[in-house]
Formats: sequence, structure tokens, C-alpha cells
Amino acid sequence: MSMNNAIFSLEGKTILVTGASSGIGKATAIECSKMGANVFLSARNKERLEQTLSEMAPGNHCIITADMTNLEDIQKLAEEVSVLDGIALIAGINDKMIIKKIDDEYVSKMLSTNLSGPAMLVKSLLKDKKIAKQASIVFMSSVSAFYPSVSNAMYAASKAAVNQFAKVLALEVLPLKARVNCIQPAFVETEMIHKYSEETLSEIRSNYPLGRFARPEEIAYAVIYYMSDASQMVTGTSLVIDGGYTIH
Amino acid sequence: MTLDEFVKAFAAEFDDTPAEQFTPATKYRELDEWGSLVALSIISMVDDEMDKRVTGADLRNCTTIEDLYHLVESK
Repeated sequence: MSMNNAIFSLEGKTILVTGASSGIGKATAIECSKMGANVFLSARNKERLEQTLSEMAPGNHCIITADMTNLEDIQKLAEEVSVLDGIALIAGINDKMIIKKIDDEYVSKMLSTNLSGPAMLVKSLLKDKKIAKQASIVFMSSVSAFYPSVSNAMYAASKAAVNQFAKVLALEVLPLKARVNCIQPAFVETEMIHKYSEETLSEIRSNYPLGRFARPEEIAYAVIYYMSDASQMVTGTSLVIDGGYTIH
Repeated sequence: MTLDEFVKAFAAEFDDTPAEQFTPATKYRELDEWGSLVALSIISMVDDEMDKRVTGADLRNCTTIEDLYHLVESK
């Protein structure tokens, strides 16, 4: 007897994925398409989005380029998408710097990409009435929001802010019966961690109880859960996916 | 802003109540969806689109959308 997976199906759902050109965003676009979703893929680089699209299961998908630090791009994106059943806000950056070295430009770049961009996109989608009844909104946060590490201050601050933004949004979209949740990964095998040497990565990896970092698709599976009807009673939550890294 | 435009803008702040249900005579505080969240949306709509300030008390003191429109216009 096979298990009934229909409850996790995204058949007939239209989902916007930001940051779809690489890493978790790319895996999310691909895995959501395999579950039957029609996907709007967004990121800055059209060629890389086309690469993602070429790896997706067939469907009514659409590429819209947008820079999450550019308000006009964000508004244009909100105008161009159709009414959405799901929004996966995955575009983000991490650039490590100890606090005594940070400057204005660094701080505002981190906050605008990781916090203001997604916030303004949600605002524009609400204003344009592009969020369907019972829609699901997922923010990509990080264990950094509660698990500090040296040189990660602005990233951690931006992700902690995202968590709280998501909770307030969860309250404000209740009239739509829409849901808002966060996912908090630790290290994931993406370009974001490739700035470290392999030696450093091996050392960090050895501290992970499950002995490895997550693969991007393992984060995408959680997005699928939040997008699916399986999570209809779940809002205002955050799911840690870190191979046990923050157990202690 | 005309009364008609005001009714449309007022209706647009609601997520669940169909726009057709709004007329100048609508007693907005009796709508199922009426509540503090929509009230804040209306206050901000009036600020953005008419550059006028209404308060929570104003919203409680008016009955119909038309009442509110005249109150805003008088400010």
C-alpha cells in the first residue's frame, strides 16, 4: 500500500520564489515544480534563472528579473505576478565582518537585501491584492537569528528581524486566512558558504551532529510542507533545519 | 476625491468583503470584517490618498461611509 502524498501536493498552486537563481531558492523552485506548482522565478540574473527553469518539471512557469534592493524592481515584480497561493522569500546575502570593521554601506546593503526587500515586496503584493485567500508565505531566516557567531552580526540581526516581521505579518494577514512561517537553516551546501576554505568547512562540518551540512533541497522540502495543505493549521512558526547544530 | 472614489478606496482596504457590497450608505462598523486592523488600513488610506488625518474615534463616531467621507472632507 502506498502512502497518500496528495496532502503535500502543490498541484494547481501558483508560487513566487525569490532568489531562484541559486542555492536554496533554486532548489525550492525546482522541488516545488516537481510537486506540481506553477512557479514565478525571480532573481537578478536572467541567464541563471533560465538555468533553474531548465531543471524544473514542466508547468506554467515564468521568469521575472528583479533586484531585491531596488524598490522599482520590487513594485514591478508585484505588478507582474498573478495572484499567488505561495510566496517563498529566499533571496538573501551573507557577508561576514567583525563589528569594529562594519560601515554604513555594509549595514544598509545587508539590511536592504535581507529585510527591507522582502518586507517591501510583501507590502507591494498586499497593496496589489496579489496574495490569495489561504496563501502561504515563507521567509528564509537562519539559526543565526538565535545562535550567534563571530563576524555575523548584521546577518544575524537581519534574520532575527525577519523572524519578528514574519510574526507581525502573520497577524496582519489573518483576514485572508493566509499563513506566515520561517525556516531557519544552519550551513547549507550553497555558494554562500564557498567563501570559506575547504579546511574551515571541514572543521565546521565536524561540529555538526549529523556530520554534514544540509543540501539545498532538504530546505526546499520544508518550503513544500509550508506551501502545502498539510500545514493548514501552522502559522507564526519557525522550523530549524540544522542537522542538530544548535541542540546545545 | 469624490464620494464614489472614496467608497472604492474604502472597499479596497477589505480583504474578505466583496467590493460590490460597499455603497455610500454602508454601515461599515456592522461588517463582519470590520475590526482594528481594517480601521488602521482606513486611517492610512485617508492619510495617503487625501492627506487628511482621521482618528479611531472618528471611525467610531461615524455610521456610514458617506458620514466618514463628509467628516474627512470637513477636515
